[in-house]
Amino acid sequence: MKATLTVNGVKATHDVEPRLLLVHYIREVLGLTGTHIGCDTTSCGACTVHLNGLAVKSCTVLTVQADGGNILTVEGLATNGKLHPIQEGFWEEHGLQCGFCTPGMMLTALQILERNPKPTEEQIRHGLEGNLCRCTGYQHIVNAIQYAGRKMAEQPSKGR
Amino acid sequence: MIPAVFDYAAPKSVEEALKLLSKHRNAKVMAGGQSLLSLMKLRAATPPMVVDLGRIRGLSYVKKKGNTLAIGAMTTHTEIASSAVVQKEARALAQAAEAIGDLQVRNRGTIGGSLAHADPAADYPAAFLALEGSVVVQGRKPRTISAGDFFTGLFATGLKSAEIITEVQIPLKPAIAGSAYVKMKHPASGFAIVGAAAVVRGSGSAREVRLAFTGAAAHAYRAKSVEAALRGKALDEAAVREAMRQAADGVELLEDLAADKEYRAQLVRVFGQRAVLAAG
Amino acid sequence: MAVSKLFGARIKRRDDPQLITGKATYTDDVKLPGLVYAAVVRSTHAHARLKSVDVSKARKHPGVLAVYTGKDVADALAPVPCAWLVPGCDLKIPPRPVLAVDRVRYVGEAVAVVVAQNRYLARDAAELIQVSYEPLPVLVNQEQAAQPGAMQIHADVPNVCFSWKLQGGDTEAAFKSADVVIKQRFRNTRLIPNAMEARAVTAQYNSGTGDMTIWVTTQNPHIHRFVLSIILKMSETKIRVIAPEVGGGFGSKIPVYPEDALIPHLARELGRPVKWAEDRRENYVATTHGRDHITDLEVAAKKDGTLLAFRGKTYANLGAYASLAAPGVPTILHGLMLAGCYTISAVDYTVHGVLTNTTPVDAYRGAGRPEATYLVERMVDLVAFKTGLDPAEVRRRNFIPKDKFPYTVVTGVSYDSGDYDASLNKALQMIGYDAFRKEQTVARKQGRYLGIGLCTYVEICGLGPSPVAGAVGFQGGLYGSAMIRIAPTGKVQVFIGESPHGQGEKTTFAQVTADQLGVPYDDVEIIAGDTANTPMGWGTYGSRTTTVGGGAIFTACGRLIEKGKKIAAHLLEAAEADIVFNDGRFSIKGSPDRMRTIQDVTLQATLAWNLPAGVEPGMEAIAFYDPPNFVYPFGAHVCTVEVDPNTGETALLRYVAVDDCGKVINPLIVDGQVHGGITQGLAQALLEEAVYDENGQMLTASMLDYAVPKAFHMPRFETAHTVTPSPHHPLGVKGVGETGTIASTATVANAIIDALSPLGITHLDMPFTPRRLWHEIQVRKGGRP
Repeated sequence: MKATLTVNGVKATHDVEPRLLLVHYIREVLGLTGTHIGCDTTSCGACTVHLNGLAVKSCTVLTVQADGGNILTVEGLATNGKLHPIQEGFWEEHGLQCGFCTPGMMLTALQILERNPKPTEEQIRHGLEGNLCRCTGYQHIVNAIQYAGRKMAEQPSKGR
Repeated sequence: MIPAVFDYAAPKSVEEALKLLSKHRNAKVMAGGQSLLSLMKLRAATPPMVVDLGRIRGLSYVKKKGNTLAIGAMTTHTEIASSAVVQKEARALAQAAEAIGDLQVRNRGTIGGSLAHADPAADYPAAFLALEGSVVVQGRKPRTISAGDFFTGLFATGLKSAEIITEVQIPLKPAIAGSAYVKMKHPASGFAIVGAAAVVRGSGSAREVRLAFTGAAAHAYRAKSVEAALRGKALDEAAVREAMRQAADGVELLEDLAADKEYRAQLVRVFGQRAVLAAG
Repeated sequence: MAVSKLFGARIKRRDDPQLITGKATYTDDVKLPGLVYAAVVRSTHAHARLKSVDVSKARKHPGVLAVYTGKDVADALAPVPCAWLVPGCDLKIPPRPVLAVDRVRYVGEAVAVVVAQNRYLARDAAELIQVSYEPLPVLVNQEQAAQPGAMQIHADVPNVCFSWKLQGGDTEAAFKSADVVIKQRFRNTRLIPNAMEARAVTAQYNSGTGDMTIWVTTQNPHIHRFVLSIILKMSETKIRVIAPEVGGGFGSKIPVYPEDALIPHLARELGRPVKWAEDRRENYVATTHGRDHITDLEVAAKKDGTLLAFRGKTYANLGAYASLAAPGVPTILHGLMLAGCYTISAVDYTVHGVLTNTTPVDAYRGAGRPEATYLVERMVDLVAFKTGLDPAEVRRRNFIPKDKFPYTVVTGVSYDSGDYDASLNKALQMIGYDAFRKEQTVARKQGRYLGIGLCTYVEICGLGPSPVAGAVGFQGGLYGSAMIRIAPTGKVQVFIGESPHGQGEKTTFAQVTADQLGVPYDDVEIIAGDTANTPMGWGTYGSRTTTVGGGAIFTACGRLIEKGKKIAAHLLEAAEADIVFNDGRFSIKGSPDRMRTIQDVTLQATLAWNLPAGVEPGMEAIAFYDPPNFVYPFGAHVCTVEVDPNTGETALLRYVAVDDCGKVINPLIVDGQVHGGITQGLAQALLEEAVYDENGQMLTASMLDYAVPKAFHMPRFETAHTVTPSPHHPLGVKGVGETGTIASTATVANAIIDALSPLGITHLDMPFTPRRLWHEIQVRKGGRP
């Protein structure tokens, strides 16, 4: 089947099998390997991307379901070489160690802040329920999101 | 982690979808896909064909139609959880929606898909039962199935093959004085080990309580003896605790690593009480 | 001791820019021309004879290049070895084939492999392979498998494949003189490491040169190369192992696994690069697990709380085969730490390593030391309970005094330095111990279950020294290595033999190097993870990288400075003895203006136009640092909890960690290590447990069933440090990668049991799930609702 997706602003059409998972389309067809796969069960969130502005687990979306859609992956977060405030936050606050969960974690974080620019720690932790990190114990991730929230409030144009 | 091969169709209308389903008897309907694709990736489900409802317009809405709250079947959990109308008119449903899975799953999963899947530990069924909702179903001929008739067993519903839920309805009369959904989450899956929804309608001697549980048994159920015991009563802690002793009576409770029957019965009582007190 | 501007600075990590922009390359991201994909077929039986493996349908499936079974690779591939041959315990290692040949011994054991054009086709073909099994009796529990007459899992190796004895002091006399003897059975649960990146291997073979390149998710690429040369029957000089970005390991990426050899072998056979990436489902059964001990322990104590002796035995479940480091984990890394922080004078302890029909068990964060700390710290609390003394006081009375270090404990190891009172006092003060005890007394009267738990721990880490590694049977060295090359322009490359994968040493080592050489931080590059360009090193585990790698960097820097002094003396026409090196400048003592920078000297060394006699060109140095002893970080963790008697749920109220890892190079990174460590230990106590049924099927084989902690499960941790440098390390550092895990399990266990102590509960086994606690409370209250 033909599927046309716009990923990080670049539109492309490919012939895909119906069963091709969006995460495999992103990683293998487009070669954008920043989006990771950490489980089989829609649990870990390492594959999180935005589809039409909504954070989704790209391992549980078919490419054909996303036909015509707009995708944002970790590779599209920075603009013109400038890090997104979320990326800045993760760097400044040591929000990552091995880095494997980080792309998905950041894209969920972005959605949390889009919906609530000043989340409480509890709201952040609730929002991260679908993203597992085995390294950090989450505290620095929470700090990173709070940092990004402050940064995005200061420079609202930079937030997506 | 890779589904088996299947055919795929994305009809543009309910009629088209129904035609496909009557033609392909073993086809599986996909709404948000959050449960179905998970099963297919593990090859626990290998349908020869998937009929994706995602391209049908007009099935995603929340609106008040007279004394009924009407929710399009393809409305996502996120939309329901954040809907001011649902929060105001049927808070238990919004709370159930917010309790499902996680942020990403709530962005994709739909109320129609979740109800049709009828996972025994899903969150909506308790709220749906306690709110005495119903589903509008399109098939050979359109019909309405009330919540009480909908859940028939483990992953089983009153839906026939080649039928699709198009709308979920919640009656707003008699007026809902309060409602709530609370749950104990499974630490890994996030599903309800036990979830309880309570709805209070009317006041004084006309006060009616509806109480339903999910996660506890093969399918969600209403605790009618508790409801009867609380009819017209002041909902103070002692009265509710006393009434709740019967909440698991006559129910074949589930058993798993998270909860054996005895513990599950306790959770039914505790969460039932919390739900009623939060609703009342 | 070198301390200057970068050492101790809270610098953000230099690993991060590529990781936060999606530019990092993990093993599954490696793309090669002609790449094909493998899928592994695994045993669905815990113990069975393999009657037949029918691959005919799979071979015919579109896109399939090849299918191999155990018989097809048995000649080409040697068995997967075990590399920790603990002496003196009658250890026998069962042979472990890369693919099972005639028998399978655990669910998840690899039986066959398919190679196809893409991973979808490979998975489809794998589903078509029909394996016919003849089921055999199954042994899951190690205590049962150890019984005389139990069915033997391996033909030539008894189920109890070693019995290791530890004896020190006069245990008999200690128990005779005791006022208090407490006996307790402990179950240390089986855990699943769940690194977020499951395992993966990508291999490319060049038949023209005979060179094999292997990208693999490993914590120790040099060990992988060494061991893979044995299994693949190739010269190790023809093998290049690359650990690209590695998405967490926690011990589970130390072992060399069957697939690590199988995939390169397929690349060699097919003349195509081959990739295999483990599903999470496979990961649960095919990647090593951790812990799983059953222990019966007795403690002898005086009524004033003085600890006299431990006596007991442990059955350690090894799983179906002895994984790479498995025998050393429950013995050397466990038994030797049974004295804890205390002057206890006798120990008599046996560890039986038992083979069962379960996934192999190997190192998992802390590896043996959390198990030891759990036993010791639970026992101390039991003594406190029995004697009526405060748990903090019992600890204080038994601490090794700070002026007695180095101190040789009864197990025979010598702790380098410590000040246990200092960390305990700080932790108690931070949490407000006395105030909480008062609050607890009030709460108990209201029928609430508040608890406070303590753990004072010490751990052995910074693994080496190598002679000790040899003495305890580790089939390798345990030194660190660094090769430093200063380029003509003065930029510095540091190639290290260790292989950090998230711990942040690319940052902390740059801090150390920049300080030592007096060069700008940004001029230093740390390179790791590739056997083709790094010196032999033994990898990243056991909280060793900072100590042994840091020692190697310190030593190599010293060599460069010594050489630089000779060259600078020559250029400045001064005596070498008069040259001092400070902050990147070689100057004449007393005349700081007569100087050459290290960059000048490097350029001169590189050009070699005018070098002193006997000095070779170039500014490169290599150092292998074999430490004189282990390092022994320690600390005190305290947490408060409330248990809801209606549901059995535990609320973590506060968690305070005071750790002493010697000097801290980068506090930001140390905090991150501590947080992550605490979380893994708390998760063992509260959430995680791998459960098998009696048929050897795992009931918790997915992230929907096995509770990896989520953000909302964890509280905000309050961390602090005391600083007691390691006296034998040139930088004064100790390790910190495992401290949190070692301490936190016992801390929360003690808190929960303290909360429930009014019910007469003195011990419960982990995990402290709501279900378990609720049932215990019901039983103790003497009534069922």
